[in-house]
Amino acid sequence: MKSRKPSIPYLIWMVIFTLIPLVTIVIYAFTDKQGNFSFEPFKNAFFYSNVFFRSLWIAFLSCLICILLAYPMAYIMSRCKERTQNLFVMLITIPMWMNFLLRIYAWVILLQNNGPIDMALSLLGINANLMGNAGTVVLGMVYEFLPFMILPIYTVMSKIDNNLIEAAQDLGSNSVQIFKKVIFPLSVPGIISGITMVFVPAASTFLVAQYLGGTEDIMIGDIIDKIFWTDQNTGSAISLILMVAILILLIIMNIFGDEEAIS
Amino acid sequence: MKKKNIASKIYVALLMLFLYMPIAVLIFFSFNDGKTTVWKGFTLKWYVELFNDNAIMQSLYNTLIIAVLASVFATVLGTMAAIGISNFKGFKRTAIQNASNIPIINPEIVTGVSLMLMFTLLGVAFNFEMGFWTVLLAHISFCTPYVILSVMPRIRRMDSHIYEAALDLGCNQWQAFTKVVIHEIMPGIISGFLLSFTYSLDDFVITYFTRGSKFQTLPIQIYTMTHKRISPKINALSALLFVTILVIMIAINIKDRKSAKAKGLE
Repeated sequence: MKSRKPSIPYLIWMVIFTLIPLVTIVIYAFTDKQGNFSFEPFKNAFFYSNVFFRSLWIAFLSCLICILLAYPMAYIMSRCKERTQNLFVMLITIPMWMNFLLRIYAWVILLQNNGPIDMALSLLGINANLMGNAGTVVLGMVYEFLPFMILPIYTVMSKIDNNLIEAAQDLGSNSVQIFKKVIFPLSVPGIISGITMVFVPAASTFLVAQYLGGTEDIMIGDIIDKIFWTDQNTGSAISLILMVAILILLIIMNIFGDEEAIS
Repeated sequence: MKKKNIASKIYVALLMLFLYMPIAVLIFFSFNDGKTTVWKGFTLKWYVELFNDNAIMQSLYNTLIIAVLASVFATVLGTMAAIGISNFKGFKRTAIQNASNIPIINPEIVTGVSLMLMFTLLGVAFNFEMGFWTVLLAHISFCTPYVILSVMPRIRRMDSHIYEAALDLGCNQWQAFTKVVIHEIMPGIISGFLLSFTYSLDDFVITYFTRGSKFQTLPIQIYTMTHKRISPKINALSALLFVTILVIMIAINIKDRKSAKAKGLE
């Protein structure tokens, strides 16, 4: 039990299947097609900078809507009886287990022309093209990732000691004050971990925009997918930028999260 | 207080509707005797077609084989790694743990393309094509960190004296490990295994990039079917997957409730 040896197979494995592939990406990002050192891939990558920023924007919007929808749900859940709480956790977990393409496809069926919602709206005399815009992409993302926001916030809230709330009541706080001074500050770590669980996959997701959005709405993940089969250097450069951007974001979130937890 | 209660009940109901309506619609149209979303009468023919589709059955088989092999291998590799890593101290330990977390933190698509790039280069050098083996290797690589993450806290919480006690009572190191240590960390090993198994079953992105041109898993099959929108067979498949998940979740819940009760009685 005191030996480090058992970890050797994994350390070797990790070098081969995690570190070397990443190093390969870095090398490819800094070389041209002939294998010479070059900034060419990054120059090509900048061509997609507005797709990149729009992906971050869509991920940000999705994340924000997830927080707004998840927070009340997590709060209501944490105030329920324990049996009801477990039931809700199960109900929220079940859709998470469905394959993400099926969940997106379900929205394609719902929203397509002559689909159920379109038909219902046209009965009311509204003719709208529901698919193929940025709003639908955000909708799909929110549907995809909402459980990943509800569960961490709920976990943190369910651990809040009831005595704290009672103490605040005894000291004369009304329910708004209790929320502002007790429940919200204590739930921030849950929000932070929810953001990391939603934002990272949302910003780098692919196919969601291809299924639900228009041609204008493709995201950086779709670009990486499309470009990697033909131009691996530019693909590597975009992947590297995405990876570093998300890493920086996670570090910021971490610092922010820790500080909030202390104060 | 009453008004608030009703408001929160409505909110919960709407949220559940949002979560389940799309799945319900998918299942509803699996019984539709027509290819579009116009109701043409009840049928089970899509289910029959689904079971007669060899490609889908083969990909289901592939998915299960990969999930079993990857999760077993990742569990062994990860448990050994967790034991070894827990004996590192200070900077080295932080460095190893951070490196090990890379596949968890990194966007899946980056993990996928980086592995694809390496496998392509190796494939050219050693003359092989991506397929079953590359998918298996990739799955083991992204599953193992989850095993380490679930075993590590168990090792930390374990009282190291019981290991020493086993040695004092005449066990050799291997016996002390198999008779004492492994029982202490078992819950972590099991949850690591289950996590690996479900992640492997459900993985699309990394499989998509490492599968080559011929190897199919169920998520890849789902991709092909939803992309081309050819047949409501996909709806039938969704319905069956949903029922499977539902049954498993209810079984887990009942088991949890029973064990909670048993604990209460003790």
